[in-house]
Amino acid sequence: MNFENCKDVWVFIENFKGQPKDVGFELLGQGRLLANGLKQDLCAVVIGKDVDESIKGAEEYGADKIYVVQGDEYEDYSSDGYGNAFLELINKNSPNTILIGATIRGRELGSTIAVSLRTGLTADCTALSVEEETGNVVWERPAFGGNLYAQIICGDTRPQMGTVRPNAFKKKDKDLTNKAEVVRENIRVNPAAIATKVLDFLAAKEEGGIPVEQAEFVVSGGRGMKNAENFAMLQELAHLLGGTVGSSRAAVDAGWMPQARQVGQTGKTVTPRIYIACGISGAVQHVAGMSESDTIIAINKDASAPIFEVADYCIVGDLFQVVPALIKELKVNKG
Amino acid sequence: MNIVVCIKQVPDTTEIKIDPVKNTLIRTGVPSIMNPFDKNALEQALRVKEKNGGTVTVISMGPDQAKTVLREALAMGADKAYLVTDRAFGGSDTYATSYILSQVIKKIGPFDVILGGIQAIDGDTGQTASSIAEHLGLNRVSYVLDMEKKDDKVIIKRKVEEGVVVLEAKLPVLVTSLKESNKPRYRTIKGVIDALKADIPEIRFADLPGIDETKIGLKGSPTRVKATFTPKRNATGEVMEAVNPQETAKSLIGKLVEAKLL
Repeated sequence: MNFENCKDVWVFIENFKGQPKDVGFELLGQGRLLANGLKQDLCAVVIGKDVDESIKGAEEYGADKIYVVQGDEYEDYSSDGYGNAFLELINKNSPNTILIGATIRGRELGSTIAVSLRTGLTADCTALSVEEETGNVVWERPAFGGNLYAQIICGDTRPQMGTVRPNAFKKKDKDLTNKAEVVRENIRVNPAAIATKVLDFLAAKEEGGIPVEQAEFVVSGGRGMKNAENFAMLQELAHLLGGTVGSSRAAVDAGWMPQARQVGQTGKTVTPRIYIACGISGAVQHVAGMSESDTIIAINKDASAPIFEVADYCIVGDLFQVVPALIKELKVNKG
Repeated sequence: MNIVVCIKQVPDTTEIKIDPVKNTLIRTGVPSIMNPFDKNALEQALRVKEKNGGTVTVISMGPDQAKTVLREALAMGADKAYLVTDRAFGGSDTYATSYILSQVIKKIGPFDVILGGIQAIDGDTGQTASSIAEHLGLNRVSYVLDMEKKDDKVIIKRKVEEGVVVLEAKLPVLVTSLKESNKPRYRTIKGVIDALKADIPEIRFADLPGIDETKIGLKGSPTRVKATFTPKRNATGEVMEAVNPQETAKSLIGKLVEAKLL
């Protein structure tokens, strides 16, 4: 296949009410690696009503070029409005590769574009690389609850596309000296033609503090916690560390913790400084969401629990004794 | 309101085992279930039908044994079920699968609402349903918590990362459901008995005369699997037996402080 006319790696910078999401910037870091592998440029795509913050961020996080589509009709996400704008950009500029954050809107947008262009889209990738001889991106992703990983390629069509979960990669440091070329494209959609209309927005109520995917310290509990009440001591430990409480799927299924706190393949991906797993056996589907944490501490009375295979510190013991002991020790330390 | 729900039979991924040498799924002894999110979608469909009248049709693509989940759907209250099955459909990725399902929906439709789960627990891609909408040129809203019919539109509560968006969508529309959407009902005994006797028509390649052969199966799939592997773990962690929990806690905190992690 000859894809000489398909150039550049594009990264979608999703924003909500003018605020860019971190996943776009995380992907600029990965996009740079792919662009280097393909010897092409790295471009950001910004669509919205208020676009200044996204443009600024995309430049600081290393984009060579930023395509901007701005208009009142893009204030709220819609798959037809955003899809149309993105498709027009693609038709005009023929990108080689497109990366999109695997957010709720990103997954919808990705499939809209890929189907329309009849090209391949690989979901929820956790590692990306370039096959030098073909120029194909190798998209690596978990399946079957993280039990199996697959490398996927899209060899016969361009653009090759993939979505990547928030937090799967860390943001690179900002480069305040980077200068990006900003290309504004006048693509408009008649608001009446958009099939959905936003009537209202209800902001999420923050239960229990910092969202699990943003915390530097995460203390998670699993089936071994036995009931919802016992999570109070994890809350206390998390609070002492300045972190937050997470959960395995088992604890969510049991109704002890809300779904928003779930870490794992069907929950959030987290990469905190310290992850403490309490009474979590370490099923692959959980590990898939936390194994990239800087330091992992596991507390489990079963010395053969699989969680110990990924832990840096394996505390074999009764969590109902160890957690209170840690709390006491931290309090002493804080004096 | 005439509704079609796309359901998938999946292995129960909480009980899955992988052959570590061949890197393939060991299917023996692993129960097959209705994809949990699809069950929420079916529940949503049944509730809309109960309020507004109409029919609920379920479709599933897969081998003959996928009829089990179709019968389960009938037992829960679906009116009609179709199995989409043909060797020519094998090896389809999300593009090809969504194309085939879109052609089936065209054939057995029209429908006001197309429903599916946000994702299947085996593939976890979350992109097949909205791809169906794109093949059909339909409007779509994913991650829907609740929907209510209002004149020729539906009012949808949709989850986003920042909260909940309430929106109005023109019909026909494709929506996807999630776990928090509802609690799926149980099958009734009468439902189970009726479902056992129900006729489940099969839709094959030959039944879809307008289908574009170049868009289906392995050949029609833009992506292909290059390799598979199992996640490798190498236990290198420091084991600390908490015989005396307070001593262990002290030692651990000491190590974390020393490593400048605290």
